[in-house]
Amino acid sequence: MDARKKKRKVLLMGKSGSGKSSMRSIIFSNYVAKDVRRLGATIDVEHSHVKFMGNLTLNLWDCGGQDAFMETYLASQRGNIFSDVAVLIYVFDIESREVDRDMDTYNAIIDALREFSPNAYVFCLVHKMDLIQGEHRQRIYEERSALIRSRSEGFRVDTFGSSIWDQSLYKAWAGIVHKLIPNLTVIERFLSAFAKKIDAEEVILFERSTFLTVTSVSSEIGDLNPIFDRHERLSNIMKAFKHCAARNTSTTPASAGFVVMHTKTPQFNIFLGRFTDNTYIFLVVPPGEAAYNCAVFNTMLAREGFSKAAASGRTDGFPLPPPETPDDHATNGSA
Amino acid sequence: MPWPAVERSWSIEADVEQPFVADRQSSLFKSEAQLSLEQHLQGNHHVGTSAHARSSLVPDTQPRDAKPRLLLMGLRRSGKSSIASVVFHKMPPNETLFLESTTRIQKDSIHSFMDFQVWDFPGQLEYLEPSFDLEDIFGSLGALVWVIDAQDDYLDSVARLNRTILTVQQYYPGINVEVFIHKVDGLSDEYRQDTFQDIVQRISDELSDAGYENAPVHYYLTSIYDYSVFEAFSKVIQKLIPNLSTLENLITTLSNNCGFEKTYLFDVLSKIYIASDTRPVDMACYEMCSDYIDVIVDISELYSWDHPLRKAKGEQVQEAESHVILHDETMIHLMEMNKYLCLVSVIRNPEAKEKKGLIDMNCRTFQDALNEVFSRSWEQEQEEQAARDHGGP
Repeated sequence: MDARKKKRKVLLMGKSGSGKSSMRSIIFSNYVAKDVRRLGATIDVEHSHVKFMGNLTLNLWDCGGQDAFMETYLASQRGNIFSDVAVLIYVFDIESREVDRDMDTYNAIIDALREFSPNAYVFCLVHKMDLIQGEHRQRIYEERSALIRSRSEGFRVDTFGSSIWDQSLYKAWAGIVHKLIPNLTVIERFLSAFAKKIDAEEVILFERSTFLTVTSVSSEIGDLNPIFDRHERLSNIMKAFKHCAARNTSTTPASAGFVVMHTKTPQFNIFLGRFTDNTYIFLVVPPGEAAYNCAVFNTMLAREGFSKAAASGRTDGFPLPPPETPDDHATNGSA
Repeated sequence: MPWPAVERSWSIEADVEQPFVADRQSSLFKSEAQLSLEQHLQGNHHVGTSAHARSSLVPDTQPRDAKPRLLLMGLRRSGKSSIASVVFHKMPPNETLFLESTTRIQKDSIHSFMDFQVWDFPGQLEYLEPSFDLEDIFGSLGALVWVIDAQDDYLDSVARLNRTILTVQQYYPGINVEVFIHKVDGLSDEYRQDTFQDIVQRISDELSDAGYENAPVHYYLTSIYDYSVFEAFSKVIQKLIPNLSTLENLITTLSNNCGFEKTYLFDVLSKIYIASDTRPVDMACYEMCSDYIDVIVDISELYSWDHPLRKAKGEQVQEAESHVILHDETMIHLMEMNKYLCLVSVIRNPEAKEKKGLIDMNCRTFQDALNEVFSRSWEQEQEEQAARDHGGP
């Protein structure tokens, strides 16, 4: 397989009206939650290509969920649809009244998948969680995901509860893309070395257009942060502001973005800036003017190192220097 | 003498009301400390009014209470409680659908740069009937906000508003009447303007027929689904700020010297702006500034946790400061002024951006000036208070 350009086939399936196209539009096409009312039913399969992190292309197959379509997928189209799948995302509507029937359909899909791409990842999203009252949410979600697991023999399934109205959607999708990014370990190794050098509490890498968390590292102190869903909440906050900026500078949300953001408060300092062509870096460092400026400066140096490495073509797509260089960059910067 | 009886009925009502208020507060995640403080203050308030009521038999023009009061009135289901929840309790607009109909006067104390109260009236309440003490309702008035549902038949509402104005202005001629023509999000632009014209025309005609010319009535088109209601409330509150012109002058000087495109002084909690420079208000700038405050407040929520191991690594200014540069090189600059206020500016001048240090320094100077203005007015209030206590019974 060519490591440089990775094309991954992602199947998006689920019953009609469960919210597949809605979430796809919000994550990848810059829709806001209330815009999805305009979406009509998906007919047959809608193909779209999403570039993610430059070298990874998601080939999204948004499969219309009406029964008639489902039957053709499982019968005449079987080989075409289910071969070569990297990821199957199956969406369940939490409000569905025919849970058993949903499960049977799901089972049939899983059987077909096992036949043609046994190595695929399977993600199940229990969607529209906002319609369930807060106090029952966790219990109903756990029941449903246990049921799903029992019906997906042969696959290790990740389940997420999601809703387009809050940050849970970002959590689910960040989990999905996290599995797909090539050379993630290299990126993570670099980030943790870098975080240690600049003494950051937390370093997060966000994908540029979707604002999904690519990966993050946090120091021992940063790990103590009591808010566990902070990454997806950040995605949500920044994406909402991006929409606002686009609206008020008369551009499309796709072309809007941030050059840089600095925030200094008595409890923490935050720097958000473009890192590589496709990512933003988000640093959380303890207060202290000098230490903060130093951290920002080091980030800029590391970025230069990255782009040089990319130009010389030593790395594959995501411009990464060999694992030991980041330490050099950081030391040079702080010296 | 009807006074004592009326007073007693009020205090009973207040007692009944407490748990209900508490209920509403706790559902909005207020800490217990805050809650008890508010109850305490409300309790105090009633003691205060009854103490004053005796002296108010002699009509005095002095406000009895230092806190200005905003009265939200209008027909039932016109959106009064929704407005109060969205503006003062940060409720998301789509959740206001689930608000129950208000049955008692809801009194909210807002503690901010300037303490004020918001009284939310049930639409069906006949407060003009003799059993209600007009003095108690309108006595320490800041502004009367009348909400009209523009999507509904508004003739009733207009008639009732006129009756209210005519009754109230006999006793309290200095009253500010602010008419919110509300729920305009559902109307087309053209229809919106027509409705606006029609309502303005009807009210001013009827008032002048009744012999009340040039009534101090102001009109706003509002909706909770965009920024218009915040904008309208900003205008209402600004009229109650005693040293608004000083603030505006200060901000204008600052933004001229720093090359700011537009500058707002925001109340962080409610996101209404209490002053801005004298350039025309630009909705786009306002939206971005207001949303940027949200970004900073939300991010602060995620990272302001307390832990003994979290230590600072050096000196830093105590007040929060933040700026962002957008894709089109627009810079939004935010600086905390004090506990309640922050200054947000939009900067498009490319030269200004290179002089970030100067801008920061100028903003700090402005901050000092601002706090001086406020401490002056606080001193004044205290002096007045002392004088009143001294001269009182």
